[in-house]
Amino acid sequence: MKLTVWTYEGPPHVGAMRVATGMKDMHYVLHAPQGDTYADLLFTMIERRNHRPPVTYTTFQARDLGADTAYLFKDAAIAAYERFKPEAMIVGASCTAELIQDDPGGLAETLGLPIPAIPLELPSYQRKENFGADETFFQIVRVLAKPMEKTARITANLIGPTGLGFRHRDDIVEVTGLLMDMGIEVNVVAPMPASPSDIAKMGQAHFNVLMYPETAETAARYMERELGQPYTKVVPIGVGATRDFVKEVAEIAGVEPVMDDSRLRMPWYSASVDSTYLTGKRVFLFGDGTHVAACARIARDEMGFEVVGMGCYNREQARMLRSLAKDYGVEALITDDYLEVERRIEELAPEMILGTQMERHIGKRLGIPCAVISAPVHVQDFPARYSPQMGIEGANVIFDTWVHPLVMGLEEHLLTMFREDFEFHDDAGASHHGHKAKLREMGIRELPDSETVTPEPVQASTGPVEIVWLPAAEKELKKIPFFVRGKARRNTETFAFERGVQEISVDTLYEAKAHYAR
Amino acid sequence: MTEQFTPPPARGCANTPVLKERGQHEVFCGLTGIIWLHRKMQDAFFLVVGSRTCAHLLQSAAGVMIFAEPRFATAILEETDLAGMADAQQELDRVVSELLARRPDIKQLFLVGSCPSEVIKLDLAKAAERMSAQFAPNVRVLSYSGSGIETTFTQGEDACLAAMVPVLPQTEARELLLVGALPDVVEEQAVGLLEAMGIGPIRVLPASHINDEYGIGSNTFYALTQPFLTDTHEALQRRGAQHIAAPFPFGEEGTTQWLRAIADQFGVSEAKFAEVTDAPRARARKAVAQASEAIKGKSVFFFPDSQLEIPLARFLTRECGMEAVEVGAPFIHKAVMSSDLNLLSEGPVIAEGQDVDKQLDRCRAARPDLTVCGLGLANPLEAEGLTTKWAIELVFTPVHFYEQAGDLAGLFSRPVRRRDLLKLEAAE
Repeated sequence: MKLTVWTYEGPPHVGAMRVATGMKDMHYVLHAPQGDTYADLLFTMIERRNHRPPVTYTTFQARDLGADTAYLFKDAAIAAYERFKPEAMIVGASCTAELIQDDPGGLAETLGLPIPAIPLELPSYQRKENFGADETFFQIVRVLAKPMEKTARITANLIGPTGLGFRHRDDIVEVTGLLMDMGIEVNVVAPMPASPSDIAKMGQAHFNVLMYPETAETAARYMERELGQPYTKVVPIGVGATRDFVKEVAEIAGVEPVMDDSRLRMPWYSASVDSTYLTGKRVFLFGDGTHVAACARIARDEMGFEVVGMGCYNREQARMLRSLAKDYGVEALITDDYLEVERRIEELAPEMILGTQMERHIGKRLGIPCAVISAPVHVQDFPARYSPQMGIEGANVIFDTWVHPLVMGLEEHLLTMFREDFEFHDDAGASHHGHKAKLREMGIRELPDSETVTPEPVQASTGPVEIVWLPAAEKELKKIPFFVRGKARRNTETFAFERGVQEISVDTLYEAKAHYAR
Repeated sequence: MTEQFTPPPARGCANTPVLKERGQHEVFCGLTGIIWLHRKMQDAFFLVVGSRTCAHLLQSAAGVMIFAEPRFATAILEETDLAGMADAQQELDRVVSELLARRPDIKQLFLVGSCPSEVIKLDLAKAAERMSAQFAPNVRVLSYSGSGIETTFTQGEDACLAAMVPVLPQTEARELLLVGALPDVVEEQAVGLLEAMGIGPIRVLPASHINDEYGIGSNTFYALTQPFLTDTHEALQRRGAQHIAAPFPFGEEGTTQWLRAIADQFGVSEAKFAEVTDAPRARARKAVAQASEAIKGKSVFFFPDSQLEIPLARFLTRECGMEAVEVGAPFIHKAVMSSDLNLLSEGPVIAEGQDVDKQLDRCRAARPDLTVCGLGLANPLEAEGLTTKWAIELVFTPVHFYEQAGDLAGLFSRPVRRRDLLKLEAAE
């Protein structure tokens, strides 16, 4: 039994729904109790889909459990076939139905439907959403895709996009463009927006582009083995990765590595002087393994940030991320416990978080700017505008997205210079933000605004030795801009603690500043 | 106030045959109620004993992750818990001990049953009893089921409140009890009106803190503020408390009749009643008239959601001039609903339960001017050209009593006004 407050991933059947909902002419018959239909609104509200997910829920109730629930499944499957006439079905159980062991796969087989009914075994009490999507796509491919003659021209399948995916909609366009520049056509994009008959044609592509290992790696390996299709290992997020991806594709396809980078602005934006202030910003990354790995490279090599920590919530990527973290000289945090992530962020006190919607809330609470780089998704992650993460435009979008939460170059200095000004003071926050999150700085007691300074010193909580802030030092700390104040306090306390200094004076503050100066 | 209500219909819907449907239900389970219950009971923690699906539902229903460490969580059953029952009880003890150690602010803990915990017959009542003894007097532990196999959406609140009734002490005091978790602003208005009539003491279930609790007995008179509190109603009957039957306090008419039923029970004079209610009644009428302009003469179709459908159809047809095509409710408790059914004019289909695809067929055929439905259906129906109102907002927004009557009408008229406003030829 595991106490869980917020979850990064839903149950595996939600992963299966993401595959089914991304597809056309596919239907999912899900043996599930009333209430599991809540998952529909993820698609209709968060993703603003204009149709219901193609899912029929058997909706069994307590009174059905004493009797026969299997007939409910059979009736629902027949009714779903007759009403929606899909090309294929996937059938399975949600967590509760798994316990009553009705075997939807076996039941569906007895119905003699004229379409493939693909059984899913998704262990709800062991695995999670990404596994569910990956396994579902794999089973669909295994049943429907067969070896066949390759197309005359060089073609590729793009695999991995699903419903509710983080920017999948736009990444497809971007990657299609990259391939087109090299004269490679796209055969099938799957699971979203393919139909079962499209899946049946996947075998004719020369290779696969694995866009999201989270949702399609098992299928990619299967197709490599059974359909003779190599797949790409580089995920083209970021400038360097996009160039590497182009090289990798060129090698697989035996073509010239051509890339039209006339629209690529990111490297110049990052090199321009206004970006100097990005230098060495301490960032913490958290999300799914694929996005974190790609974004760590961008953060360090393309933005000039310092990566102070990284982690992922999907255990499937734990090994990859652990070894990557080693290259960055940090320890990877592999957890799906939101509170653990929050503790790590508090410990590291980064200047910026690159995370998920969960970390956005952590950032809000701690007063740390955050940009979102990964699922789980929020309605904000489905902008009306074109907003990919992959390829050339993806790099441009990422630059803008990451810089936006920060206080901009010259403004940072102006805020410091005029910090006593009534309207241009540091608590006013960045001018391009409508409002700023209320700070709840870690353990900082706010001083009254008036000149009267608290007589008794403020106690800090670092370690067993009690360190106190003298009033003058506390006041001085207040003059430091809000976006670095937390770090300044922490550094000063660490500095004092290491030297056995128990009272922090203004001098201690500036000695610490000099000590940590970069 | 001299104006009277629209006369009651010659034939109401009390005896209309109910279309009972059995099929796919597009509704929430009872766990969803935790989202508002935990805000109402400020010293309570709700621990769902369930699966990752339960945790994911709570998170999705809450819409945003507002609270860093909210007063609800899920103890997710894992493969090992499913192997043997003794383990599950011990595991639960461990999780609860850790939780209570970390959160000393918690005075009441609800163990909330889910579909998986019901199916494996994990006895949460026994666990609650054991833990109550262990943690008394600091923490009271109760249990109820919010599982989808037993409860639909708002029935979760009902199950929670029903679980609280038996542990309330006995009293013979003549008191009024208002039953239902209402937003504070609304609750204060109701209490204010009743106190102005000289009625008291007034108690509220659920109380916002465990220390605010009171006794129950044969001199307790209770009024339900929500139509879905049927198990709670029965639990109160078992304690000998007396029900004040009335239409539910939505809109000017519903509020007045609800207040009048209480006033009659407590011997409030006609003059006093008028003195207290005339001004807010007039305000409510005016507000409703303004807010309902856009929906007058339009048709409305309710998909089942919260059990508020019948009282709201009564409000929309009698006070806002709408015509009901179909009123679907997940569950219809005739005794509790009879006052509202009597006022709802014969005509609409009254449906209980759901077969969502068939109901969608009926809805598409009727092409109502406004469809009240859950979030899973709203955008798909909008894309088909139907105007919709998300039902869940009716549960999350203050809509009861006089001062909110105009807001309630506004919730229904806004989507209609919006569709008229937008000139989006190019859209979809």
